[in-house]
Parts: sequence; C-alpha cells; structure tokens
Amino acid sequence: MTTTDTHAQQLAGLDALELGTGHRAGLASRLWAGLWPIASAVVIVLAVWQAVVWAGWWPEYVFAGPVTTLSELGHRLGDPEFYTALTVTMRRAVTGFALAIAVGLVVGALVSRIGPLRRATGSLITGLQTMPSIAWFPLAILLFGLSESAILFVVVLGAAPSIANGLITGVDYTPPILLRAGHMLGFRRIALYRHVILPASLPSFLAGLKQGWAFAWRSLMAGELLVIIANQASLGEQLHYARELADSPGLLATMIVILVIGIVVDRVFGLADDALRRRWGLHQVSA
Amino acid sequence: MSAPLTEQATGRVEGQRPAVRLEAVSKLYGQGRTALQALDQVSLSVAPGEFVCLLGASGCGKSTLLSLVAGLDRVSAGRIDVDDSRVALMFQEPALFPWLTVSANVEMALRAKGVGKQERRDRAAEFLDIVHLGGFGKKRPHELSGGMRQRVALARALAQDADVLLMDEPFGALDAMTRDLLHDELERIWRERSLSVLFVTHNVREAVRLGDRVVLLSSRPGRVVEDFPVELPRPRRTDSGEVAELAGEITGRLRQEVLRHARQEEPA
Repeated sequence: MTTTDTHAQQLAGLDALELGTGHRAGLASRLWAGLWPIASAVVIVLAVWQAVVWAGWWPEYVFAGPVTTLSELGHRLGDPEFYTALTVTMRRAVTGFALAIAVGLVVGALVSRIGPLRRATGSLITGLQTMPSIAWFPLAILLFGLSESAILFVVVLGAAPSIANGLITGVDYTPPILLRAGHMLGFRRIALYRHVILPASLPSFLAGLKQGWAFAWRSLMAGELLVIIANQASLGEQLHYARELADSPGLLATMIVILVIGIVVDRVFGLADDALRRRWGLHQVSA
Repeated sequence: MSAPLTEQATGRVEGQRPAVRLEAVSKLYGQGRTALQALDQVSLSVAPGEFVCLLGASGCGKSTLLSLVAGLDRVSAGRIDVDDSRVALMFQEPALFPWLTVSANVEMALRAKGVGKQERRDRAAEFLDIVHLGGFGKKRPHELSGGMRQRVALARALAQDADVLLMDEPFGALDAMTRDLLHDELERIWRERSLSVLFVTHNVREAVRLGDRVVLLSSRPGRVVEDFPVELPRPRRTDSGEVAELAGEITGRLRQEVLRHARQEEPA
C-alpha cells in the first residue's frame, strides 16, 4: 500500500526532525571538567593553611604546616601499620553500612507498606535521623562494652534512618500515572512493587544511601575515637593517640585520609546518581 | 445520511455481544452534600470492531468513564460489561517507565502475562515495527519525541493483546502534523487488528475524523446528550469539507450544552 509507505516515510521524517543531535563531550574534556574544581580547591586549602601557619598564631609543633604534614602522610602511606589501621576502619565502615542498608530496607519496606505503622513511626524515623550519633555511645558502651559491636550499633543507628527514609520517600512519590500504567498492564501487589514501585523509587533510595553513608562515616569516626579497643589500630585510634602524643603532623595526616575517603565514597555515589539521571533523562547533558 | 460506506469503512460486526457496555452508570466522588456527581446514568455500548469517540467539554467525566471501564475505579451505580483481561488503556501522557528501554517498556505488557524472555523480545520488536519504531528499541523514552513516545505507548497497549483499546486524549499534547499522521496510523492499526476503540477527546474534528460514532456528553454531571453516527467514507481527512460540516453540527450542539451551564451559573 503506497499510502502506508508514505505515512511511514512522513513519520520517519518527523522523527528525524524531532530528535536532537546532542553528543556527549569527549572523555578528556569531561575529565578536565571534573578535575579542575578539585585541583583548585586543593590549591586554595593549601594556601590558606600555609598562610595560617605563617601567621604564627600557634607554634609549628602544635599546628603543623602543609609541607611537614604531607611528608608525614607520604611516610605513613609507605608504612604497613597504616594499612592495618585503614583495613580495620574500612571493614567496620563496610560492615556497618551493609547492616544499615539491610535494616533500612526492611524498616522502609514495612513502614511504606503498612499504614498504621507508618503513622506511628514516620516522625520517629525522622527524629532518629536528627539525633547526633555520638549521643548513642554511652548507651552503646553500656550495652556492648568497649567492643566493635558498640561501634557498629551506632553506625547502623546513624545510617539506617536515612536509608529507610529514602526508600519511603521513593515509594510515596512514585508517579501515580506509572502506578496506573502498571495496573493496566496487569501488575498487582508484589509484582507491582517489583516492576514499578521499586524501580521508580531508585533515585530517592540512592539519595538516601548517599546521606546514610555520610552519617555512617561520621558515626564510625566518633565511635573509633571513643571506643578504643586494645590491639586494634584504626584511623580513629590513630587520631586519638596523635592527640595524646601531641603529634600534630600525624594528626593532620590522619584527618586528610579521613576526609579523602569521605570525598571518594561521596563521589562514587555522585557518579551513580549521575548515571541514573542520564539513563532516565532527568537532566539535560550539555553538548 | 446519504454518504456511501466503502467496503472497509468499518469493521463493525452487527448483532454480536458488545465489546463494552455501560448500563445506567453513575459515579459520585465524595459523600453527602459535598459529593460531586461525575457521571449520571450513562448508557453506552461499543460493538466489536467499532470505533466510538466520546466527546465533551471539560468536566464531563470523560476520563472518569474510561477509568471505570478500565477497572481503575468503581461505579457508584449501574453496571459495566467488559472483559477486563482484554482491555488496554492509553493515557494522555505516554506513561512509559523511564528506567526501561523502549523495547523493555513494550515487553512489560508481556512480562505481566508471564511470556518468556526471548519471545518477549521478538514480539516487542514486532509491535514496535507496527508503529514504525523498529529501529528505536534500544533507546530510552526521554530520547524520543512526544509523538514517538505516544507510539511506544500504543505499541505497549497493543502488546497486551487486547480487543478493547481505551484512549484518553492520547494525541492531545501533540502538534497538528504529528497528530494527523497518528490518526492515519491508528486507523490502520484499528482496522488491521479489528480492535474496538473507545476514544475520548475534546477535539470535535478529531472525533469526526476517527469515529464510527461520536457520543456527546454533557458536563457536570456527565450524561449522554446525543449519539452522532459518522457515515463518511474512510480514510477521512481532518481538513475535508464533509468532516468540517459534521464537526460544525456537533460543535453547535456542544455549544448549546456549554450555554446551558452559563445560564445555570448566572446569579439570580
């Protein structure tokens, strides 16, 4: 049928006209665009730091300058003891965060599914989120003693509410039109959850994870400073002893490590969020 | 009417059980004094293979009516006869899942029915071919234009293997040129697959262009005011004289309805 062919061609023509010809920038320029803000931030921080040291408000042995600190950091990076401490801290971070995800998922799923539970606990979860995690430690130490369990307990309490909240928000804000579409396609209950509601809540869940990580990392550092476990080196413990021994370069070097780990993990979440947004078309990628 | 019917003018089969039948359907929202009556005693039927356009000004409960037929909402009174499992609904928005590719979106219709993976993929490709989007299966919805997304939605609705297609102003947000082409496409698909269509619109010419019948609803509450048979030969053109003539007649009747409301609203 010639008319059908004409229609098809006209449609194809319109389609071609409507589709933009946006291309993503090349890898090099994207890398540069990502790197230069970081590089300039580092330069600014180093400059201010050095300026404060030169101002001479504190003696060098109390507040070490960037050169001393960075050489101490370099020295530590070559020392196996540092890696033992780092491993312990990261193991706790990963375990605690994983537990927090599990707890957050279960709580989030239950609360978003069960109406009365939600009315009862909705504000409680937000309340828990605003509770400074360090305030949990006295109780945690009473319950678990000076042990890793005490630390993990607080890490989970710090991170799980954010993760649960992320999931609950995501479920709540599933666009009603997608729910209707899913319903029309024949998805009900669990299947509707699996194929429509959970995927739709992914961006919000990811935001919850990111926030949860920030809380987990803070709680972990507070925990490692307070709960010193004998014969177990960790970043928090190194920080603690650096202060006890008035080892200013060591203290600052450890702080830099803690900061960098926080930033790197945050960037990983940022990249995941970016990838998700690009896939969903939630933001326009500039040409 | 004297206009001759062409052979393929309509796929309507007379004397069969209707594909959709509404009997004195009423719908109230809320309760007591504040209750809003969206539909009042609407009776309507769509024969198998028939294309019925539902026309009305805003607030006539057109969308409510489709939701009821689709089973997304319950009637307050009256009854609806339709085979639920054979109904597909297309919204004004494409309502595609943004996390899935175009192909996976179409496959969702088959997934719900438990069709296997390979077969899903093959059949989704067939349905995308039907709407002339064969090469776009791997794209994401946001990479397509509005008209293309609406065609993906159509492919997804077709993939449900429904006999009854409910359409809620599906082309309302599109530009005139795209809409014209999609009218042709929809007509072709309707005929090839002998679908029964209930098509809601507020665009009179669109209704006359597409429908075997145009059913005019009043507003607040929605009632059937008049049922216009459209016995013009197909394919019709939105800008043809005959379409314009009948559209003019229906618009006149619609205007009377709207005026009736103006008089009611007038302060005493």
